[in-house]
Amino acid sequence: MVMGFVWTGMLVLSVIACLAKQDLGALTPAALEGAASAVTLCLSLAGPLCLWSGLAKVMERAGLTEKLGKKMRPLFCRLFPRAGRDELALGYLTANVSANLLGLGNAATPMGVAAVKRMQQLSPGPEASDEMCRLIVMNTASIQLLPTTVAAVRASLGSASPFDILPAVWVTSVVSVAAGLVAAALFGRARRA
Amino acid sequence: MLDLLVPGLMILIAVIGLAKKQDVYSALLEGGLEGLKLLLSIAPALVMLLSAVHMLRASGAIELLTQFLSPVCKVLGIPAETMPLVLLRPFSGSAALAVGADLMSTYGPDSLIGRTAAVMLGSTETTFYTISVYFGAAGIRKTRYAIPAALIADLSGFVMASLTARLFFTPL
Repeated sequence: MVMGFVWTGMLVLSVIACLAKQDLGALTPAALEGAASAVTLCLSLAGPLCLWSGLAKVMERAGLTEKLGKKMRPLFCRLFPRAGRDELALGYLTANVSANLLGLGNAATPMGVAAVKRMQQLSPGPEASDEMCRLIVMNTASIQLLPTTVAAVRASLGSASPFDILPAVWVTSVVSVAAGLVAAALFGRARRA
Repeated sequence: MLDLLVPGLMILIAVIGLAKKQDVYSALLEGGLEGLKLLLSIAPALVMLLSAVHMLRASGAIELLTQFLSPVCKVLGIPAETMPLVLLRPFSGSAALAVGADLMSTYGPDSLIGRTAAVMLGSTETTFYTISVYFGAAGIRKTRYAIPAALIADLSGFVMASLTARLFFTPL
């Protein structure tokens, strides 16, 4: 629904800007050119995305998510003291975050939803708990070891080394997750006081 | 080192899969199909949005917007050119991908702006989508401070992306 307004707004804005410049001829070729460039982008993304999704499936089948999840258990018991005591919730939580880490977005979402549902069962009510907010922050701040889609876009545009952004992505992710968790802790305390 | 990262990772994953007695090749094909299906599902969105983005750029509206927002960007250290990406990122993943890819192709994938856009895309998520899916499924209506906290995480991500892209790479 929102995107309908955003898209229409983009078009209206560009017509207004063109009217102001009195240069309406540029819009039609731009629209068609944009559409064509989207197809080019999709075609150049198709190969790398197919390759990485295949490798991701192998990681999933080989149980790498579970292994990573087990390693993170102690950390999670700290971050989620209430859900951490529940075996099922802890399992969903670790699966969600490890799938995110490995860049398995498709596998991460159902696990995250299951985690929130289980947390809801543990402490019923229409309100989000502190731990749920923490989980949301960890998911929206995206902790990813291998941002494959972005690397694929860079590769398709002729980047000399598509993965050279990795250290920058890691540092950025860690800082933004930390900032989000600190903000959540502060908000949580402020609401309780 | 970085040259060996991708081939090394590919071999590592395949060997682990084989060691776990998995049918590695059929898993590759199955996952690959899922990847292509995912791409197919976002392709129409990319076409619509890149059309609109190209129109905005041709009209000069994007320049106006970046000029208008450049004082805010200076304070935050975010390149003004990446503002359309920053504004769209929390709402739509495909819109952000479209704008980001457009930035990378306009300024070059190895330019400072191209790299900043790439780091932003790689280290943030579609916040509002995530919140609505997670809380919607569990029937939670009062999200309390989840949205502001997540947006603070996003904002610090954008600032850090600009900073790391500048620090880790000397501008070309």
